[in-house]
Amino acid sequence: MALVLNEEQTMLKESAQGFLSEHAPVSQLRQLRDERSETGYDKATWQQMVELGWSGILVPEAHGGLAFGHVGMGQVMEENGRTLTASPLLSTAVLATSAINYAGSETQKKALLPAVVEGNLLFALALDEGPKYRPSLVKATATASGEGYVLNGEKQFVADAHIADRLIVSARTSGDANDAQGISLFIIDSAASGVDIERVHLADSRNSAMLRLSHVTLPADALLGEQGDAASLITYLTDVANIHLSAELLGISQEVFERTVQYMKERSQYGALIGSYQALQHRAAHMFSEIELAKSIVIKAQQALDVNDSQLSLLASACKAKVSAVATLVTNEGVQLHGGIGMTDELDIGFFMKRARVAEQQFGDRRYHLQRFASLQNY
Amino acid sequence: MSDLEQFRTQTREWLEANCPASQRLPVMAFEDRCWGGTKWCFVNEDQKQWLEVMAERGWTAPDWPAEYGGGGLSKEETKILREEMYRIDARPPLFSMGLSMIGPALLKYGSEELKRQHIPNIVKGKIWWCQGYSEPNYGSDLAGLQTRCEDKGDHFLVNGQKVWTSYAERADWMFCLVRTDPNAAKHAGISLVLFDMTTPGVRTSPIKLISGNSPFCETFLDDVRVEKDQLVGNINQGWELASYLLTHERAMIGNMGHTAASEKSLHQHAIDVAGGLENGQLGDTALRTDIAQWEIDILAFELTQERIDDETKAGTGTGATSSMLKYAGTELNKQRFELLTAIHGQAGLAWEGEAFDDGLLASQWLRTKGNSIEGGTSEIQLNIISKRILGLGQKA
Repeated sequence: MALVLNEEQTMLKESAQGFLSEHAPVSQLRQLRDERSETGYDKATWQQMVELGWSGILVPEAHGGLAFGHVGMGQVMEENGRTLTASPLLSTAVLATSAINYAGSETQKKALLPAVVEGNLLFALALDEGPKYRPSLVKATATASGEGYVLNGEKQFVADAHIADRLIVSARTSGDANDAQGISLFIIDSAASGVDIERVHLADSRNSAMLRLSHVTLPADALLGEQGDAASLITYLTDVANIHLSAELLGISQEVFERTVQYMKERSQYGALIGSYQALQHRAAHMFSEIELAKSIVIKAQQALDVNDSQLSLLASACKAKVSAVATLVTNEGVQLHGGIGMTDELDIGFFMKRARVAEQQFGDRRYHLQRFASLQNY
Repeated sequence: MSDLEQFRTQTREWLEANCPASQRLPVMAFEDRCWGGTKWCFVNEDQKQWLEVMAERGWTAPDWPAEYGGGGLSKEETKILREEMYRIDARPPLFSMGLSMIGPALLKYGSEELKRQHIPNIVKGKIWWCQGYSEPNYGSDLAGLQTRCEDKGDHFLVNGQKVWTSYAERADWMFCLVRTDPNAAKHAGISLVLFDMTTPGVRTSPIKLISGNSPFCETFLDDVRVEKDQLVGNINQGWELASYLLTHERAMIGNMGHTAASEKSLHQHAIDVAGGLENGQLGDTALRTDIAQWEIDILAFELTQERIDDETKAGTGTGATSSMLKYAGTELNKQRFELLTAIHGQAGLAWEGEAFDDGLLASQWLRTKGNSIEGGTSEIQLNIISKRILGLGQKA
């Protein structure tokens, strides 16, 4: 497949860019932070995203969606990276939708996907039990009880948990704490008895929370996929999450790079524009080269999701490892090349750097994916 | 069956029937890749035959016009031919600066007479071309070159010195940048001329490199007579041609980062040297992540070559990307050999001895240090990206 966008994907990208830069620029995130917003996102903006069809991009047509695919959704994610727009898009429209598409029963799909498309049902995906991504380290337990289950345990750093109507939670139905096998995924009503959600504030001003589950009783149909057999679903979600986070990180990298080059053309020192100094030019040119490399691996990985490529996990890890490195480079250089003003809260560059670091940590940082890449190649 | 599918089937059958088995083995030594020319010693009959059958169809230059001996293939057909050659690990039948550099320039800028004189011989590999660009005092600042070319009425007279001339002692002809107007601005007084290396006044002297090899020469030009019809393009148009040629050279050097399918991967080298894995992993965990990082970087690089190709075909390309590819590709190739020598430890640094392939790896490792210097240094590529793509102003 050619590594270029088709006409429809290009149109979606342009429309996302237009909408987000007009209705949800970085100043919106700044305002949400300054006002200590209850929800952490702007509901009116989300409603408009829903009207644009974004909540249904990954939903099959049979369930009311657009079935537009991951390359298309990736363009929206990339543009979200450029504006740092806070919304339920990743948690609900990408991750929960992918989980339900992959493992949901027909009944679950019928009940949940149309509501996702309409924007009425928000999700959060709760896999982590610590600050670093280790999806097979699951101590939370699900014990069979009557017709259903009882859940106990703690989940950490769950994005969007406090605004979610439903939580998709991993819990152990068998095996030891670090076994890849024996894990199951459950869909829990966030208002259920025994569910305690405590919001935490991370540097990126986006939603995160700690989750405590104490004797949460679930019916049998709360199970997503087969009992004890969530490993392949978790692998798939790891790939989906990292490819879309990579798109966001690519958007962040491009935006910071363009703002920085623009600043180099405006700021004068010693009577000359700082962009005329070779020491700085070469750093900008190096970043350009790195961003070009990142773009190629991102579109390749997005296509791999759409065609269900046998190399999907390998490409997903290569993608996250590469784009994380590029985003770290570009955000660090973005601050440095802006000089003192780059250290101020007034300038937006800091917002990009903070979000880049959180996005890298979510679902595994550069080092995690280097290791995963090597393991997948059997070394 | 579409025409292209038919072309693929026929090409596959023809290659199977005509590519000798020995020409499907990995290129190990310099001589394994045929450079052609009057002084070329074919390593065996197969190499000669492979060149001849391919050249007869013009498939040494598949997308050049058939009227000058090229293959006359469309872009799609050329791609199919490459893929089919790649499929059976067929070596390129000919590798030369004629094909990669002066040929494309002649096709774009040369007179009809020059094309008829030189292109068919390039396709057939009859002439080994060398490049006269750099001078002792003009490397990165190539446009400052001082080799004089005076108009003597019915001919030109060339005086000066070139350096880093690849294989000048084996080459038959040189394409050479000369100063035809010493009073013009430096970029505006340069021309490109062609001459036979046996012309009186041409003398070459090899340069020994850190690798122990001498692939480059100094070339001294004393009162060298150049015929007027061997001027390529117009007088003082040389810088435009040189830039065009350099774009081709960059693409070629940048492509060195590309690992052939038949080559052993870095991690396989590491596994073999370590004598296997420990608990399913390379025991040297720091080396493991270094290798993973490189393998991811080269994947991103190869995908970028592919993407830029696809964008060009779709007409959405941003252009001026040869500098980016040259910069990234050569830096990655240098890293590859740093990792390879590290993987092999002191054996990777052996200089002599049959047990160590006569120091082949060490010599290859040292050769790669030139990748980011030749064809415009990495720093020059970064200058070009800054100026032409990013629009960052020059200091002067």
